[in-house]
Parts: sequence; C-alpha cells; structure tokens
Amino acid sequence: MSDFLFIFRGGDRPQASPEEMQAVMQKWMNWMKELGEKGHLKDMGHPLEPGGKVVRGKQKSVTDGPFAESKDIVGGYTLIQAKDLSQAAELSKGCPALEYGGAVEVRPIMELNM
Amino acid sequence: MHADLSEHLFRREAARMVAVLTRIFGVQNLALAEDVVQDAFCRALEVWKFRGLPENPSAWLMAAAKNRALDVLRRERTARTFAPELGRLLSSEWTLAPVVSELFETNSIKDDELRVMFSCCHPRLPEEAQIALVLHLSCAFSVNEIAGAFVSSHAAIEKRISRAKHVLAGSKNLLDIANVEDFRARLPAVYRALYLLFNEGYHGASAESAVRADLCREAMRLCAQLLEHPWGTTPAGHALAALMCLHVARLPARIDETGNLITLFEQDRSQWNRGRILEGKRLLELSATGPELSEYHVEAAIAAVHCDAAGQQDTDWVQIVALYDQLMAIRPSPIVALNRAIAIAEAEGPKRGLEAIESIDDRERLAEYPFYFAALGQLGLRSGKTAEARGHFEVAAAKARNATERRFFEQRVAACQSQIDETAGVTRGRS
Repeated sequence: MSDFLFIFRGGDRPQASPEEMQAVMQKWMNWMKELGEKGHLKDMGHPLEPGGKVVRGKQKSVTDGPFAESKDIVGGYTLIQAKDLSQAAELSKGCPALEYGGAVEVRPIMELNM
Repeated sequence: MHADLSEHLFRREAARMVAVLTRIFGVQNLALAEDVVQDAFCRALEVWKFRGLPENPSAWLMAAAKNRALDVLRRERTARTFAPELGRLLSSEWTLAPVVSELFETNSIKDDELRVMFSCCHPRLPEEAQIALVLHLSCAFSVNEIAGAFVSSHAAIEKRISRAKHVLAGSKNLLDIANVEDFRARLPAVYRALYLLFNEGYHGASAESAVRADLCREAMRLCAQLLEHPWGTTPAGHALAALMCLHVARLPARIDETGNLITLFEQDRSQWNRGRILEGKRLLELSATGPELSEYHVEAAIAAVHCDAAGQQDTDWVQIVALYDQLMAIRPSPIVALNRAIAIAEAEGPKRGLEAIESIDDRERLAEYPFYFAALGQLGLRSGKTAEARGHFEVAAAKARNATERRFFEQRVAACQSQIDETAGVTRGRS
C-alpha cells in the first residue's frame, strides 16, 4: 500500500438550495465513509479557506492570495492509501465535486526510503 | 462519526435561521439574512466534508449563522438600519453578543418562525403569492423547487416572490404575533394559505407527479407549529390539521406502483394509514369545541366519512351530500358544487347527479378542470351512454395537467372503447 494525496479543486455550488446542498453533503459523507470502510482513508484531511498570503522570493515579499479562478482554488485535501496510482485515481472518481465542475488531483506521496 | 443527515435537515434549519436573522436584521434586510444563511451552509459543507458530521448539526449550523450575523452587525451597523425594536442593543458592543445569543435560543426562534409565517400571509398579497412566500421563507424551498411544484416558470415564480418580498419589506416590521389581536386577525389568512399549500400538494398540477408529498408534509408541519402556540390552538386549526391528516392517510393508495392515479372508489383501502386516520379523528374531536364551524370542519368531516367506509357501497353518501350542502353555505365554489353533485349521484343515482351538475352556478369556471369532464364521463357510463362518456373522457385527457392525470383519463377512454367494441361484436354476432 502507498499513500496518495487527493487535492480538491473547485466544485462549489454557491447558488444551490438547502435541499440540494444537503444532497451534496450526503454524497460526500457516503464517499468518505466508503473510503474509510475499505481501508483507504488514512487521514480525512482538512478544508482550506479560499484566501491567504503568498510569500515569494529572496525578498520574502508577502502578498494576498492566491487569486486563482474559483475552479482552480484548492478547497482541501485528503490522505488516501491505495495499491498504486491507478487504483488511487479510480478511487477519486467517486468524489462528488466532479459532478459540479470540480477536479481531484491525485499525487503519490514520495517514498522516504532510498 | 455519524454518516447520515436527517431528512430535510438543511431546509428545516434554513427556515429557522431566516426567521431569527430577519428578526435581528429587520425585515427590510431580508436579502442579507438569506446571504448569511447561505454562508453558514457553505461553511458547513466545507468543514463537514472533511471532518465528518458534528455531534449536533443543528446547533453547529445555528452557531455558524450566529457568528456570521455578529460579523455583519459589526461591519455594517453604521451603514444600515437593523431591527428598529432592538435599537441600541445591537449598536453597543457591550450588549451585542449577549442579545444576539439570546435571540438564537430555541424557544425564541419558534416564535420568530411563526412571525415569518404570519407575515407571509400579508393581506396585500394575492393568495398564490402568499403560499409561494411561505414555501420560500418558512420551508426554504428555492425558486426552482417552487416553480417545479407549481408548474410555473422560474421567471414567473422569481417575479412573484420578489414582489412579495418587496411588500414584506415595505411593512417595516414582521407581524407582531405577541399582540393577540394582530395574531387573531391574521390567523384565518394563515389557515387559508396552509390549506392551499396542502391542496397544491394533494391535488397539485405538478408535471413531475400528481402528488407532491413534500408540499403536504410542509403544510402539516407548519399547521402543527401553529397548534403549538396557545393562540393558534383553535377549533378551526384542529379541524385543518384533521383534514390534512385524514387526506394524507389515503396517499399510499392513491398512486399505484407504476405511478397511475387510483380513484377513491377503486383504492385498496387496506393501504390507508390507520395511524393517520386515528390521529385525524382525534384532531377532529379536538376541533369540536365551541360554536365555530369552519370549512375545514366540514371538509374534515367528509374525509372522516370516507375513512369510515369499507368501500364505495358502504359509504354514507346521504351524510356526505348533507356535508357538501353545509360546505356550499360556508364557502361556495364550482368545485365544491361538482363534488356535491358526484355525491348526489352516489346517493340518488346518475340522473340526479347530472341534474345537480347542470344546476351549478358558474359552471363555465370548470371549463378547464379535467375532473369536471371526468365526472360527466363517469355519470354517462353509469347511465349506459358509453359513446358520450368516451367523448367526455377524451376532453378530460386533453385538459389533463400532468402525465399521471392524462394516463388516468386515457385508460377511461380505452375502457369505454372496449365496451363499445364488445357491444358491437355481440350485435354483429347475433346478426
């Protein structure tokens, strides 16, 4: 088993009704529950606030940001365990955000041994 | 970790949040209240996705709404006027948080919800706008969801609701339900709106399905809320709740497994919900105090007679006709008159039924009502005029308001046709 980071981008539905939001919420919980029950969920991870600061360069200049388009903003991350990258990618297909214009980036955590 | 949200939790909480936020911000800032609710849900969605459902989701949402409300009040208290009756309490940092916290207490929210419901039934609003607004604010249905339920376009409902909100905002304050005279004066309009909301669900013209159980359930929930209030506990209120209960008891038998409509006469009465019937009768008994006899009393009594009968043959049609007579005296309408005529046909035969239909005042107002033609067809069938009956059912099918109704009338047309063919076959066979 190897570890993978799911990075969630975009996929918000700010104009949804309460009933629709609840449906989305339920889908997320079902998905997370399934990942957990099958032993794939290493860490549920955290949501991220949309804004923040970006610190750059030798000057260590601090600016507000990142100002990405909403579809590109990282909304959160989750740590997953899977056999290999292709299984991890397969698991990510259950992510409800995909149905609302979101994307999941699947990144292998680098092995620490040489 | 919990993994299931109770059904319609977000709707329920949205209505509660709008109620308390409108009280805090003032009715003129309704849009701001709605924004805060939206924010609270977005935050819940983000956090719960990753951290799972909190121990008490309702309390979590309410706390999120409260924190956002405090942010808004601090940020905008110089630019906007909030609830005038709260006045300085909101403008002083010293009193702000405790006052807002107190307003978020469960008991005070109950009253706020009633205030919203009563305010939606504003006399300057037409009834259709009142029920749209009740659905929007007291039940947290989106414009799209309301448009779906009313078979209306999104644009039409949006216009109706935004006009209604404008009227509401113009009234400065939400209706003060702490004043017993104001409460009682508005109560009949509230009953009426809940009744219409229920009917829309039960007989609704929705294309999606003939029975919008959602609307029925919402109307019943609001009615129960009303009955919890000491001034809302009236005979008419109990009668309204009884009427809803006794009707909803029959819902399981009203649509078959393929989604076809089944008439009262053909329903499998063993599928009727006995618990609901008992509850309806208990409410009907509670309604029988004092001299007041509302239309809800009479309609509930009619429903109770049906619930008591094992079938069409055992139904006390004479009593039903008498009840329709009473209903015509209290709230006459062509549809009530039509139902009375159908009962007369059952009690005294199809000929008397047809006479009753022909003597309906304003009969032209039934010209678009498919069940008017269906009634004519049914009576035609019973009088042996099959070809004529088929014609009526064809008109009914053409005027059907949704696919379920259309299928129902088309089946009648087909049944008439096969009867005609059979008779023709028999005649040919003889010759």
